[in-house]
Amino acid sequence: MDTSTLPKAAELAVRAARNPRWQPGVPLPLHSEIFTCANQGVGVGAALAFAQDALRGAADDAASLEERSVLWVQDARAIKLGGRPYRAGLPEGLRHRLIHVAAKTPEDALFAMEEGLRCRDLAVVVGEVAGNPRALDFTASRRLTLTAEKHGVPLLMVRLDAQADLSSARMRWRLTSAPSSPPRWNIAAPGRAAWHAELFRARAHPPGEWILRDEPERLAPEPIRPERVQTTPAPDHGDLVRGSGARSLAAL
Amino acid sequence: MAIWCADLALDRWRHSEGCQYGEGADAAPLVLITETAHGPRIDAANQAARAHGAARGMMLADARTLCPAIEVRPSDPAGDLAFLERLAVWAQRWGPWSAIDPPDGLLVDVTAVAHLFGGERRMLADVQARCTARGLQVRTAIGPTAGTAWALAHHAAQGAILDPDDDPRGRLADLPVAALRLDNDVLLVLKRLGLKRLGDLAGIEEGRDRKGSGRDAIHRRFRNRKSPAANPLIRMDQLLGRVPEPLLPVVPVTAPMVQRRLVEPIRHRQLLDTVVADLAEDMARTLEAKGEGARRLQMGLWRVDGEVLTRDLEMAAATRDPAHICRLFSERLDDIDAGFGIEMLRLRASWSQPLELDQSDLEAAAEQHGTSLAACMDRLTTRLGKDAVQRPVPRASHIPERAQGWQPPLEPEPASQGELAFHTRPLKLLDRAERISVLYAAPEGYPRRFSWRGQVCEVARVEGPERIAPEWWREKGSTRLRDYYRIEDETGRRYWIYRNGLPTDGRGGMPDWYLQGLFA
Repeated sequence: MDTSTLPKAAELAVRAARNPRWQPGVPLPLHSEIFTCANQGVGVGAALAFAQDALRGAADDAASLEERSVLWVQDARAIKLGGRPYRAGLPEGLRHRLIHVAAKTPEDALFAMEEGLRCRDLAVVVGEVAGNPRALDFTASRRLTLTAEKHGVPLLMVRLDAQADLSSARMRWRLTSAPSSPPRWNIAAPGRAAWHAELFRARAHPPGEWILRDEPERLAPEPIRPERVQTTPAPDHGDLVRGSGARSLAAL
Repeated sequence: MAIWCADLALDRWRHSEGCQYGEGADAAPLVLITETAHGPRIDAANQAARAHGAARGMMLADARTLCPAIEVRPSDPAGDLAFLERLAVWAQRWGPWSAIDPPDGLLVDVTAVAHLFGGERRMLADVQARCTARGLQVRTAIGPTAGTAWALAHHAAQGAILDPDDDPRGRLADLPVAALRLDNDVLLVLKRLGLKRLGDLAGIEEGRDRKGSGRDAIHRRFRNRKSPAANPLIRMDQLLGRVPEPLLPVVPVTAPMVQRRLVEPIRHRQLLDTVVADLAEDMARTLEAKGEGARRLQMGLWRVDGEVLTRDLEMAAATRDPAHICRLFSERLDDIDAGFGIEMLRLRASWSQPLELDQSDLEAAAEQHGTSLAACMDRLTTRLGKDAVQRPVPRASHIPERAQGWQPPLEPEPASQGELAFHTRPLKLLDRAERISVLYAAPEGYPRRFSWRGQVCEVARVEGPERIAPEWWREKGSTRLRDYYRIEDETGRRYWIYRNGLPTDGRGGMPDWYLQGLFA
């Protein structure tokens, strides 16, 4: 591990410097998990929005990222519960470069995700796994994290109807849908997507809750109940943030 | 040079029977037939049958009335064509390239070649002698264009030679118009017009005033015939060399193949992996020498007890990387039953594409930075199957589930019409639309409250209907139209639902509601 990335002692003293609040545009951690309900399209929608947001942020090699493909892996149960990707509904920039993998079992889905992370020609890998399969344990998630960090391809794993069990993901979100802002021309119609996002475990950020709105050019966050975050600060565990329902481990 | 195998089907039959022309089984009247909708029809008749009146194109029943003792064999057009392809490759002994002229002819380019055989006349004699030795009856001719050679071979004396200095009009004027390689209906038209010889046609073309006024008349008659076989003017120009006539040469292709015969039959996986690695390296060298990469590989494993096991592999992009090939095969060899041992392995690249040499140190850098997209797709398809790794592409259809097709990930995208920007479509589409039960419908028609998968949705906002009519050219008349609504409930869940039909459309009872898509 590269010691230069670890915080210095002086930085540790200033809590704000160590734990800046999450905001859109910060580099995407290489392994994130999103927990959602399977009856909504929220998870993948938010994952693609995060990915696009991060790709926009990485402006220096944006030209090369523009041309790279996006791998979307689903296991059979996720397909049964949530359906397959529909090209006409995908974000405009991703339509022509999506590659879909329909894996039969969670083991095959994990294999496909790992192979995708090893590939230098992929911009991002989105995995969708339903429930808490036996194959997706702490070892498997750790393996994915290490592969992602070795090859620098971000992985966004969407967990449908799953318990937040042990995982080495660098950021763990819990997302539900939120009422959308009314569109300009027809206020009776549903507008652009909005999500109620709860960041319950992250390495570099304190937990928090936001309403995320998927605007055309950016991801717009609206913090909700900020006073709660200030009055009850997260316990100072360093890298360990105890997620609700998660038995936290000394995740590297 | 044109070579016409006048009796190709019968020559092949004689060869299979092992008899000479007019001897043995060939002495009796015999015809080759194909089954048609109107009964058996004669494809070819031998000399004895022709003497009794049987002819090509005749119904077998008619021929039987003329000659009750006629023998019948089925004909084999596919086999004839395959034989003709082999013959075309063999005929390249007389020229650098050859083309097949279906159903029974060959065209060989002999430009500046004849002196190697001692002149054109001796070359034709050589062709004649060699083909006769193979049991083929051929008629040959040499001409300055493919059209003249064909016409002379079919309709002039055997061994006709037309020099480029000769006047082709004068030499060919007596040939029938069938020498122009025209379709039967065009020949019929020309016959009705009274044009029977090439000289007649050439005379009309020149016209009475010798200025080409007649050409316009023929041109008007055949103005909407663009294909050369349907337009005598184009054929005439090709015959005289005024317009080019491209021919498709026959090129023999041999698939790169490597094999290993083993002294000791192998029964263990470890040894098998070693041999496969050797084969992959041999194959990589073979492909590199040809400047190609393999798209499809076939591995054959010959077992001691006579069984042959085969494993196929198809790659997303051309490759000749031995490590990659080994890795892909190692997954496919898991279920091999070696029995008493495997004594021979053969690796064959049945489909290969050009692939340039690239620098090896770049590859070394790539090793550290991960795999390429093509290698990644290969690994995924080898383990998960071809149908599991796909890319969504638009298809021309109004029906949402049919408007999206799937194709292999690295194929180029087909051209398609742009989508209308105001059609908002869901991010995910369910494989089958699921029926929802409407608990309370608004007077406007859409549901205010419905239940799906055991949860109740209170619809807060709605947009619609977007009416999508069934595709009548594809579906039954009883298919109902769909009214799509985009809805959002109070907690923000966004769905795409539709009503299947109208209450008054007369195609069934009250329409049902379905949920088809999930918005982000």
